Amino acid sequence: METFSEVKSRVLKGGSQKNHDKNTQSKKLFARKRVDLLFDKDTFIEDGMFANCKDAELPADGVITGLGKIAGRVVAVMANDSTVKAGSWGARTVEKIIRIQETAERLMCPLFYLVDSAGARLTDQVEMFPGRRHAGRIFRNEVHLSGRVPQICLLFGPSAAGGAYIPAFCDVVFMNDGNASMYLGSPRMAEMVIGEKVTLEEMGGAKMHCSVSGCGDFLCASEEEAIEKAKKYLSYLPSNWTSSTVASKSINPEKNPSEIKTILPESPTRAYEMRTVIKCIVDKDSFLEVKELYAKELLTGFARLNGQSIGIVANQPLVKGGVLFVESANKAARFIQICNAYSIPLLFLADVPGFMIGSKIEKEGMIRAGAKMIHAVSSARVPKISLIIRKAFGAGLYAMCGPSYDTDAVLALPSASIAVMGPEPAINAVYFNKIQELNPEDKKKFMQEKIEEYNKDIDLYRLAGELIIDHIVDFEETRTELIKRFDAYSLAARKLSSPAPILPM
Amino acid sequence: MKSIKSEMAGTVLEVKVEAGDTVTQGQELVIMESMKMEVPVLSTQSGKVSSVSKNVGDFVNEGETLVEIE
Repeated sequence: METFSEVKSRVLKGGSQKNHDKNTQSKKLFARKRVDLLFDKDTFIEDGMFANCKDAELPADGVITGLGKIAGRVVAVMANDSTVKAGSWGARTVEKIIRIQETAERLMCPLFYLVDSAGARLTDQVEMFPGRRHAGRIFRNEVHLSGRVPQICLLFGPSAAGGAYIPAFCDVVFMNDGNASMYLGSPRMAEMVIGEKVTLEEMGGAKMHCSVSGCGDFLCASEEEAIEKAKKYLSYLPSNWTSSTVASKSINPEKNPSEIKTILPESPTRAYEMRTVIKCIVDKDSFLEVKELYAKELLTGFARLNGQSIGIVANQPLVKGGVLFVESANKAARFIQICNAYSIPLLFLADVPGFMIGSKIEKEGMIRAGAKMIHAVSSARVPKISLIIRKAFGAGLYAMCGPSYDTDAVLALPSASIAVMGPEPAINAVYFNKIQELNPEDKKKFMQEKIEEYNKDIDLYRLAGELIIDHIVDFEETRTELIKRFDAYSLAARKLSSPAPILPM
Repeated sequence: MKSIKSEMAGTVLEVKVEAGDTVTQGQELVIMESMKMEVPVLSTQSGKVSSVSKNVGDFVNEGETLVEIE
């Protein structure tokens, strides 16, 4: 007969030494080590440690659940133990995950999912797959919690088939490069069922998901890095939809705001790095980019402005001219929803030629995706400032939170211009027939005249004069102006009357 | 061999390399014009240009090869 301490130490060891060695070889940490790294020292309290403890093969039934603290804040966790039957789900595994979700709701605290699981235990399927409190309930609960408490996924191994939906319903997914994977059918199954030959990495690897599918948000080189980044991510968020973010000490920006003027190229069509502009505005080293590798023509991320947490949505002229595509519109919509759900003020940095046109993009549903972005902008009840850096053309102005969207302020730098479209296409559109009739020399002269006329019409001082934009801000005033304005608008912090669920990507 | 492809539809504004040139990762190979913006196309690796498949003024669709690097 085993004593209590023998049972406990057996459970705490997890699976077989062979499985531990296998994990070590692929640079995977033991699930209990992951939990240790996640939480403040000695804060973890565990439930269900003795789940299935009479079965020597199933310590904790392959998942660790409980509460701990991160930077002093209570956080719930579930962590698959891949040394136990490859982290697969049995009846108690599922029940434990459902219970920790219920705990997170009861305590209104963030929930971390440390995923490393082969999926359902097929031998136990009737006890864990089809019923009311079986696996489907996990996803239902994730949707129910969405926008109530932050749900953060750290993907350290596979999340296969149905299990792939755990990350998909989280607010954010950190993926460990090389080990993390998400897929509905394995390469073996793909070959069997549809005849495709493909590697796991190509089909469902971390790089693919962070740069192509958009299922991943952060590509991390190690588990330690993923855990550190996830903690940093949480630091910008409140514990739930009704509470406030924690301010940190204000730090001067890395670059002087007056430098924005020199970053902008003389030619209005030339590309530049928007991240450098962000460095002139936000607290030093505070910009945490979300989906850095995905739809790079648009930047999204959290930052601190005078110590306060803000969300940034910025066009990136360096990539694809900063034009909005299907992927970037989806990326923006999702990020805006996250900020709205957790009452984080939004700063839009606009330099956008508009949405992409052409037959290819129309077939991909550019209008649907654009509508989704404008929907998110319209629905966001948090303080919103749109700063026009250079140009905001066409529906790009709407998507970047132009004047019609209950924007607290639409500000323009002296370099800004706003129009339905740029001068050349506008003149071509209005005078198309006339231009066709002209000889090349007259055409050039005519275009030049009309461009000058057009530019006068969309002149920044005229736009400010007509009260279309609220203020023109000098480059060097950018940061202080934004700080003062966000501070003022926080008075009207339009707290949501009910949670705002975040739609999956 | 690595094909450097156009990330978006547009026309070729400037070709900055020719076959035989040695290029480094991140170097500008071609400048496209699309949506009235200049869109630089950068080399994703270092190597020697084996061919340039588009000329100034050509329309290029998304995903079409511009330059091959070995």
